[in-house]
Amino acid sequence: MSGKIKAERRKISYLFRRKARGDSPFKRFLIHVALILACIIAVYPVLRVVSVSLRPGDRLLSTSLALIPDDASMQSYYKIIFEKDFLLWLWNSLCITMTTAFIGLILAATSAYAFSRWKFPGRIPGLLFLLTTQMIPAAMLIVPIYVLAVQLNLINSYRGLALAYSVSSIPFSIWILKGYYDTIPRELEEAAKIDGASQMSTFYKIILPLSTPALAIVFLFNFMMAWNDWILARIMLQREKIFTWPLGIWTLAGQFRVEWGTFTAASILVAVPVMILFLYSSKWLISGLTAGAVKG
Amino acid sequence: MSSLTARVITGSLSQIGSMILYIFLGIIIFEVVVYLVLGKIFKSKYTIPYMLLAPAAVGLALLVIYPMAYEVRLAFTNMSLRYFRNYNLSLVQGLKNFTLIFTEPVLKQLKFFPLLSRTILWTVINLIFHVSGGLVLAILLNRHMRGRGIYRTLLVFPWAIPQIVAVLAWRGEFHFEYGFINVMLQRIGLQPIQWMIDPFWNFTAACITNIWLGIPFMMIIILGGLQSIPAEFYDAAEIDGASNWQQFNSITLPMLRPILTPAVILGTIWTFNNFNVPYMINRYELETSDILVTALFRAAFEYNRYGFSAAFALVILFILFIFTLTYIRVTGGIKGVYE
Repeated sequence: MSGKIKAERRKISYLFRRKARGDSPFKRFLIHVALILACIIAVYPVLRVVSVSLRPGDRLLSTSLALIPDDASMQSYYKIIFEKDFLLWLWNSLCITMTTAFIGLILAATSAYAFSRWKFPGRIPGLLFLLTTQMIPAAMLIVPIYVLAVQLNLINSYRGLALAYSVSSIPFSIWILKGYYDTIPRELEEAAKIDGASQMSTFYKIILPLSTPALAIVFLFNFMMAWNDWILARIMLQREKIFTWPLGIWTLAGQFRVEWGTFTAASILVAVPVMILFLYSSKWLISGLTAGAVKG
Repeated sequence: MSSLTARVITGSLSQIGSMILYIFLGIIIFEVVVYLVLGKIFKSKYTIPYMLLAPAAVGLALLVIYPMAYEVRLAFTNMSLRYFRNYNLSLVQGLKNFTLIFTEPVLKQLKFFPLLSRTILWTVINLIFHVSGGLVLAILLNRHMRGRGIYRTLLVFPWAIPQIVAVLAWRGEFHFEYGFINVMLQRIGLQPIQWMIDPFWNFTAACITNIWLGIPFMMIIILGGLQSIPAEFYDAAEIDGASNWQQFNSITLPMLRPILTPAVILGTIWTFNNFNVPYMINRYELETSDILVTALFRAAFEYNRYGFSAAFALVILFILFIFTLTYIRVTGGIKGVYE
């Protein structure tokens, strides 16, 4: 297996080299200049957030463009962690997001199996229905969801939000998982069946362990979706004690008075783990996206 | 640390615990019912798949289909903050809601058709820049060179950072005095720009932010597509004496189509429905920077006209639906679904 991959890699790098040989040194220089410029544009705004978060409290507003201020301090970080509700917001987000990701994953994993292995009546309408729900943006349903949540007394609780998130990510998860299950050969299940395993135990003992990568992708997707959402949280949560972090950060960057120090420090504290997770998993995330799209 | 006390933690854990417990109890009871009805009474051979599907189906029915139906019902009411419990539901009211959308301002002054054309303008501008920017960067990156991995990682930054953080940070950078764009403009001797007050520049600011956010996704998708084009094609073209532009036009673009088409359709829907960027960048709530989705949010939650907003949402959904249908018609889109 790894030998094959290595050979493939060698072939790819050979192809690249062959292409690159055609580029003159001047052209290569230009390409590097262009890419460096693009990288600066991509990274500079993020670095600015870091630099503001390091400024001491009395110099938050300044026209200086220095990335690391002369008198850098961790004041803002101290303030956001010990004097604001930031940890509480993170905790709220974590509770809602973890519940969401687990419920969503369990519901999607079982339904995707049904879609992948049985040709039951209603299968194609069901798949088409899942596809159309993805076309309905959450923003279109905020009015009825808000009115229903008020009537069912789900405002200002974890429950309403966690339920809304876990269901809204189900269609996408089912599509990805179904695509992945389809690639697992049926012979495996048939062999297990001959050995006397029931349909459900083959699912738990063969299909689920084999699909760990896809399950991880789906879990991560659900997690990220709920973790970064602002609009649903905005209408469902009104008490500051139950805010999720996007709402919290939004109040820090308030409409007329911005608390620059705490806002930027909080942004960095939230963004760094998310970015590391994203960059680390982006390869799988993208392959999962395209695999789902190509398989249909 | 003050607010995250042990009491808060146990409180939230018990709330979540009881919720999960109720969900599982509900699922088990429901599964038993499905099993008895389908398996024992109808003796269906599809009992197992229906049992597997049942929880998700109920969830979707409760949280997608029911709200959808409820939205249609709301569209025929005059529900607002004032008439929240004692609203009246009638056909006349519904017709009134739908005519109001097209005849009266949706918010204070903004009418529907300017709003629609601005949304289309917003979508087109963003998409052109996303695709062309992503294409250029992907082509530059698609070669063997030093630092390729570093470039790729750095260029993905705008996609990796949580959107709310990025958008709020950009809003700060459009500050008249302290934002880096105006500071830089002043240093090279130009006039600073009123990003937050001037309608044109505020819309431009939202576009800049969204273009910055959206390019990495297109770049990565296109890069994946480029890598799947065999190098032999370019070799053959070179032997035949094709110029770079000819190679791009007759090899790269056609070979990218299967990847570009779904990416563009996804991008269109995302941009059309983008809420965070136009809503957040628009600090002073200029109606001249609103697009359909943000106008819908304001009509519902700042003007509290729930019945009217429900009708408004249905109109937007109808537009999206027409767009998707046309797309499926044109591309023969969803055949893959059936296999």
